[in-house]
Amino acid sequence: MKNEDVQFKLSVLADAAKYDVSCASSGSSRKNATKGIGNGVACGICHSFTEDGRCVSLFKILMTNHCIYDCAYCINRRTNDRQRATLTVEEIVDLTIGFYRRNYIEGLFLSSGVIKSPDFTMERIVQVAKKLRLEENYNGYIHLKAIPGASQELIHEAGLWADRLSVNIEIPTEMHLKRLAPEKDYKGILLPMNQIKNAILISKEEQKKYRKAPRFAPAGQSTQLIIGATPETDRQIILLSSGLYKTQNLKRVYFSGYLPVNLYDQRLPAFNRPPLVRENRLYQSDWLMRFYKYKAEEILSEDQPFLDLDIDPKLGFALRNMQQFPVDINRADYEMILRVPGIGVQSAQKIVMARRHRKLNSLHLQKIGIVMKRAKYFITCNELPASTTDWAPERLKRKLIAESVSKNKKLSDTQLSFFTDYKPALPPMH
Amino acid sequence: MIIYTYDGTFEGFLTCIFETYNRKNFPVDICSRTGEQKHLFAQKFDVQSDAAKADRVWKGIQNKLTERNNQLVFYAFLSEENGIEMKIYRFLRRLFSEHFSIETDFGDADVLYLTQTSQKVKKEAMRMLQFVRFQHTKEGLWFCGIEPRYDVLPLVSTHFQKRFADQKWLLYDLKRNYGFLFDKVKLEEVVISSKEFSTITGQVNENVLQEGEEFYQKLWKSYFKHINIQERKNLKLQRQHMPRRFWKYLPEMLILN
Ligand code: SF4
Repeated sequence: MKNEDVQFKLSVLADAAKYDVSCASSGSSRKNATKGIGNGVACGICHSFTEDGRCVSLFKILMTNHCIYDCAYCINRRTNDRQRATLTVEEIVDLTIGFYRRNYIEGLFLSSGVIKSPDFTMERIVQVAKKLRLEENYNGYIHLKAIPGASQELIHEAGLWADRLSVNIEIPTEMHLKRLAPEKDYKGILLPMNQIKNAILISKEEQKKYRKAPRFAPAGQSTQLIIGATPETDRQIILLSSGLYKTQNLKRVYFSGYLPVNLYDQRLPAFNRPPLVRENRLYQSDWLMRFYKYKAEEILSEDQPFLDLDIDPKLGFALRNMQQFPVDINRADYEMILRVPGIGVQSAQKIVMARRHRKLNSLHLQKIGIVMKRAKYFITCNELPASTTDWAPERLKRKLIAESVSKNKKLSDTQLSFFTDYKPALPPMH
Repeated sequence: MIIYTYDGTFEGFLTCIFETYNRKNFPVDICSRTGEQKHLFAQKFDVQSDAAKADRVWKGIQNKLTERNNQLVFYAFLSEENGIEMKIYRFLRRLFSEHFSIETDFGDADVLYLTQTSQKVKKEAMRMLQFVRFQHTKEGLWFCGIEPRYDVLPLVSTHFQKRFADQKWLLYDLKRNYGFLFDKVKLEEVVISSKEFSTITGQVNENVLQEGEEFYQKLWKSYFKHINIQERKNLKLQRQHMPRRFWKYLPEMLILN
C-alpha cells in the first residue's frame, strides 16, 4: 500500500460511506475452523462509538464514490462536484485485515457507487470477499451490498462468501423513488432481494439435510429506508417495514433520517437538520414489533398516520388503550407485562420468573429495575393499584412528558438516548 | 463467631465453603487473607486452597443450577465487591438446603444482588471484547494492556484465542498485574516483570513497536473521524456506550494530530 494515497482514499470513502446506517455484525456464528483469523459472534460486537453516538462495528467503506447514477438524495451522485476515489481490491483487503488484527473492527461492510456497470462493480465487491476468505484465511464478518442490476451469478457468489447481504430500498414508495432517482425502480430492487431470500431458504433446507452444504448469507439480509426526504407517513413506513420482515424475511430494516446533502435540488425538502426524533420513534416502533410482539396496526391506526413525537410508541399505545390496564404483575401473561411502559424485556422476564417464588410488591419491582415512575400508572401488584388516582389519558400524558422534560431539560432533540426502555435481553456470553 | 480466611482465589473460596460444611461451623464472615483486616479479635480459621474439595463444591453447585445460570456464582465472585463472599455463602446455603431451584427468586435480596452483580461482570467482559486494542511489536507479538473494573480477563481469553488463532498475543490486566499469553498453540497465564509498556495506558514503548503499527493507528483515527456524521453530534450517547475510563486505551480517542 502506498501510504499517503491510501490515507487520502480512506478518508474520502469513509466520508461517502457514512450515510448507510447499517453497521450490525450480528447473526453470524461462523467459526474460525481454518485456524486462521476471525470468527462471528452471534450477538455482534460494537468496537467503538463516534461523536454522533453511533456504533462502529464493521469497517464500513465504499469501494468507490464514483457513480454513473444521479439519485437526488445521494452525496455521491454523478453531478456533484466532489473529490472522488477508488480503493483497489488489495487495499480493501489489507485495511480490513490490519484493522481486524488490532481488534478495531468486527468485520467489513463493503458498498460502492456504480462504476461502468452494475456487473463490473459487483464483480470487484465479490473479489474482495473471496480474497479475504480464501487467501487471508479470514472468517470474520462480511456484509456486502448487492448492486441492483448485477447478474444473478454474481449476487449468488456474493452470498457464498458473505455473512449478510443488503439491497437498499431508500425511498419508501416507488412513486417518490422514481421522482428522485429516475434511473431506478422497485423491480430492480426487489429482484435481487427475492433472489437472496430464496437462496437463503434453500441453503437452510440443505443444511438440514447435510451439514457441509454451502451456507448462503447466514446472517440474512437487511435494507435501509431514508426518512424525511419524501412525504410518506410513518404508517406507510411501518407497514412497509413489517411487510418486508414478513415477505422478504429481512433481518433488519434500517431507518436513516435524511441529511440534506444536496440542498440545491428543488425536489428535496429544505430543512437543514436530520429528523432525529422521528427516526428514533420509528426505531422504537420497529423494536416493538420485533421484540415486544406488537402488530404494525397496533402502533399506528388508519386515522393516525404519524407517530407522536412527544412520547414513545409504547406509552402511546398504553394511553390509547387504557381499558387494557392496569396489569396485575403477579398474574398477567408475559405478553401483557411487556406492554407496560417502564418495563423492558429483561425486567418482564425477571418478573415472570420471580413471581413463581413469591408475590411481588412494588419494592421488589423497583429493585428488579422497573421504572416505577412510569409503570405505576399501569400496574397493580399484590391486588393493590400502584398509583392511587385514576388518570385520564390526556392528563397522564402531559404529566409524564413534563416529568421526562424536566429530567432532560438541557438536552436538545439531537441528544436522544436510544431505546432507554427498549433493550432486548442480554445476549448470552460465550 | 468464626471467620474463614482464604487466599483470594475462587478455588480457595470454594474450599472455604467445603470447610464450613465439613466442620459444621458456620462463619460470620469469609475474607481474603490479603484484604484489609476487618475482624481484629474474632476467631479465625485459615483455609488452604484444595482443588479436590473445591471441585466437590463446584459440582454440587452445578447440580442445583440450570445451565443458563451455571456460572452465576463464579461471575459474581469475579466482581471482587466488598462482602461478596458472604452474599454468595448465604445464597449457597439456601441453594443446597431447598428443594426447588431458587436462582430465579428475584424477590430475595441475595439472589437479586448476585444476579445483578454477575450481569455487571458480564457487561464488563463484553467491554473487553469491544475495547481491547492490540499493538503490534517488533517481535511479532500483539499486545494489549487494559484495566477492567472487575477481574474478567479469564472470561474473555478463549474468545480471543478462537478469534486470533494465527496470532501471537498477550492480553494484560494492568491493575491486577497478570495476563494471558497465547502462542498460537496454548493459552497461558503470565506475570510480566520487565515491562516495555506504560502500566497506566498500556501503550507499548515506541522503540519496540513494529514498523507499520503507527500507520495503522493513523489510518484508524482518520477513518474514525470521517465516518462520523457531524450533524448528528451526540457526545452524551457516545460516552454512555463508551465510558471515559476506556478512552486512554483507544487510539481513535487520543487527540488527533
Ligand atoms: S446509485 Fe447509489 S451511489 Fe450512485 S447515486 Fe444512486 S444512491 Fe448514490
